[in-house]
Amino acid sequence: MPERLVFRGARVVDPASGRDEVADVAVVDGLVASDAGAGATVLDCDGLVLSPGLVDLHTHLRQPGREDKETVETGCRAAALGGFTAVSPMANTDPVADHAGVIHEVRDLGRAAGLCDVFPVGAITRGLAGEAMAEIGEMVEAGVRIFSDDGRCVPTARMLRNALTYSRAFDGVLIAEHCEDASLAEDGQMHEGLHSYSLGLAGQPREAEEVIVARDLAVARLAGGRLHLCHLSSAGSVEMVRRAKAQGLRVTAEVTPHHLVFSEEDLLTYDTNVKVNPPLRALEDRDALRAALVDGTIDAVATDHAPHAVEDKEVEFDQAPPGTIGLETALSAVLTHLVEPGTMSLTRAIEAMSTAPARILGASGHGGPIEPGRPANLVAFDPAAEWTVEPPFASRSRNSAFLGRRLRGRVIHTVYAGDLVVADGKAQR
Amino acid sequence: MNRHLLSIHDVSAQDIVRILDTAESFREVGSRVIKKVPALRGRTVVNLFYENSTRTRISFELAAKRLSADVINFTTSGSSVSKGESLKDTALTLQAMGADAIVIRHSSSGAPLTLTRWVNGSVLNAGDGTHEHPTQALLDLYTMRDRLGRLDGLRVAVVGDVLHSRVARSLSFALVKMGAETTLVGPPTLIPPEAPAWGVQVSHDLGSVLPKLDVCYMLRVQTERQRQQFFPSVREYSRLFGLTRDRVGLLPEGALVMHPGPMNRGVEIDSDVADLPRSVIEEQVTNGIAIRMSLLYLLLGGSGAEGGGDA
Repeated sequence: MPERLVFRGARVVDPASGRDEVADVAVVDGLVASDAGAGATVLDCDGLVLSPGLVDLHTHLRQPGREDKETVETGCRAAALGGFTAVSPMANTDPVADHAGVIHEVRDLGRAAGLCDVFPVGAITRGLAGEAMAEIGEMVEAGVRIFSDDGRCVPTARMLRNALTYSRAFDGVLIAEHCEDASLAEDGQMHEGLHSYSLGLAGQPREAEEVIVARDLAVARLAGGRLHLCHLSSAGSVEMVRRAKAQGLRVTAEVTPHHLVFSEEDLLTYDTNVKVNPPLRALEDRDALRAALVDGTIDAVATDHAPHAVEDKEVEFDQAPPGTIGLETALSAVLTHLVEPGTMSLTRAIEAMSTAPARILGASGHGGPIEPGRPANLVAFDPAAEWTVEPPFASRSRNSAFLGRRLRGRVIHTVYAGDLVVADGKAQR
Repeated sequence: MNRHLLSIHDVSAQDIVRILDTAESFREVGSRVIKKVPALRGRTVVNLFYENSTRTRISFELAAKRLSADVINFTTSGSSVSKGESLKDTALTLQAMGADAIVIRHSSSGAPLTLTRWVNGSVLNAGDGTHEHPTQALLDLYTMRDRLGRLDGLRVAVVGDVLHSRVARSLSFALVKMGAETTLVGPPTLIPPEAPAWGVQVSHDLGSVLPKLDVCYMLRVQTERQRQQFFPSVREYSRLFGLTRDRVGLLPEGALVMHPGPMNRGVEIDSDVADLPRSVIEEQVTNGIAIRMSLLYLLLGGSGAEGGGDA
């Protein structure tokens, strides 16, 4: 039920309007209002930051197919608790989201959960096989804006060219690429370098990403369309994107919280929870990613929330699937490791986690501005609250790279379409 | 000493001397008519082998039996593992049965470390993936010290597929720890580019290295690497990096030839070379039992006088 709410005395940080001031924000009938009137629920927000709800461009919700790892509902609950009001579940489900049927199913499950907006990503190629283009037009009609074979790289420059060119028929559609040269990355368990050699783990060099970033930028120049680069991990990739943007190419990029926080040095104990793909790289890569996020070369933070069953992760390192859950820790990780030390402003952090991804996704109801008449998708968080990351999670999985770590910043309230879906840090449905 | 031996990084130079000295006194046990001491009577040692390895498993089995431990061999074929049991569940089972030590051989790097999360007993790494094989390195050090009288300042070349060799890693780390001058020799595709950070030197020219050596340590080359295009052909590999009859003459007098086995005769080492008096390959095998007795004894805190005489 839409409610009448007043967030009293919050620090309103709204990158879309440039606001950063202490104010009251009212919500009536799903919209931001100038006044909630008498009888509204008043939420004391002294010391809290109120911002537009977070938007995730890169989520794995595992449904259909691996409901033991996550469902749309449990993933949306994790998202809401993490301050997200919109997520984009990737297409690598079983069956693959390469046709409108799966798209409708996932979105309907999201609507039924009612915890955040679910914008399913469609596959670029049928079955993610890289051989035949999926019916992109039909999926656009079903509401898809992002197409990606994530988990796999589009194997040939030709296929990417055709997808980018074809996508130009549709407004606002982007082709999101998982940049990984299969022959260089083959069997790679971690970043290739001194540590991979010493640990005896097959390495995946940063060049596995960079050769594809280079290829894709060249192809995008040829084909037009909108190219989005997923989860960048290397300093070299960042530099290429920086140059391409300076030349006016329509390209956007994202980075995950774990690539902003961790490095290859966190793998020395063969902890499968920090095994991710692309792999965590050297400290200089991490620092380049941070700088690129600050200066806007990288547009957005995206979680790459990747739930895996305990029994799939509690195995030998080379047998564990890559991935970490991230929805419930993303904001805190960014606040703790980038905002708190002064690397990045709070406004830029909110922009990178809300305003920018909402714009990339074309989700006009998200990302602010927080103004009367706008859809009420909001998050209120306590930037000073400290907590330790540990189960239970709202996610059905617990493979968090942050397990056992102390983080600062905690989501208190999340408002989705005017509904208080998280209140006092607890999911309301 | 640490409770486990997962990597050479788990032991200090001082520990290594102690391990070798203890092995020295255990070697004598192997020459007795009754090759047995009661040092680990009542203790249980499990050999958990996820990879076939006749020599290492038998060596550990003999070592444990000569210490009077109860030995259980758990091989994966025909066991619960072949029915899909996970490492974790196998570990919990062995834990529940009260294993005092688990000797693990596994094709996955890091599996022994992972195993320590689920068991209370000591874990001994008998070779994990392309990571380490510390007991092999220790028996190699023992053999070098036994033959040449010292480790400090010894000039040792480790020749072959260093990139994929757990023996090369453990041996390099151990040699550097003991002050030996270590050179890794092989084609650039099979030497980690970051290897100098281990404290070793790198060469791609075996002929220029041989005249300056005390020990030439040949690694087994897997012919499967040729299919992966790490080198053009087995023939060319042998020509450039094999210890051939002609090339072995470049070694100084008294220099040893070593190999962890099993050998590919005619590939990395000529048959005649393997059978030269300076080749101590069989001694390595014999010494392996004493080293493993020493390690089991020290890790399990065996009682009685060190050396495990007639305690």
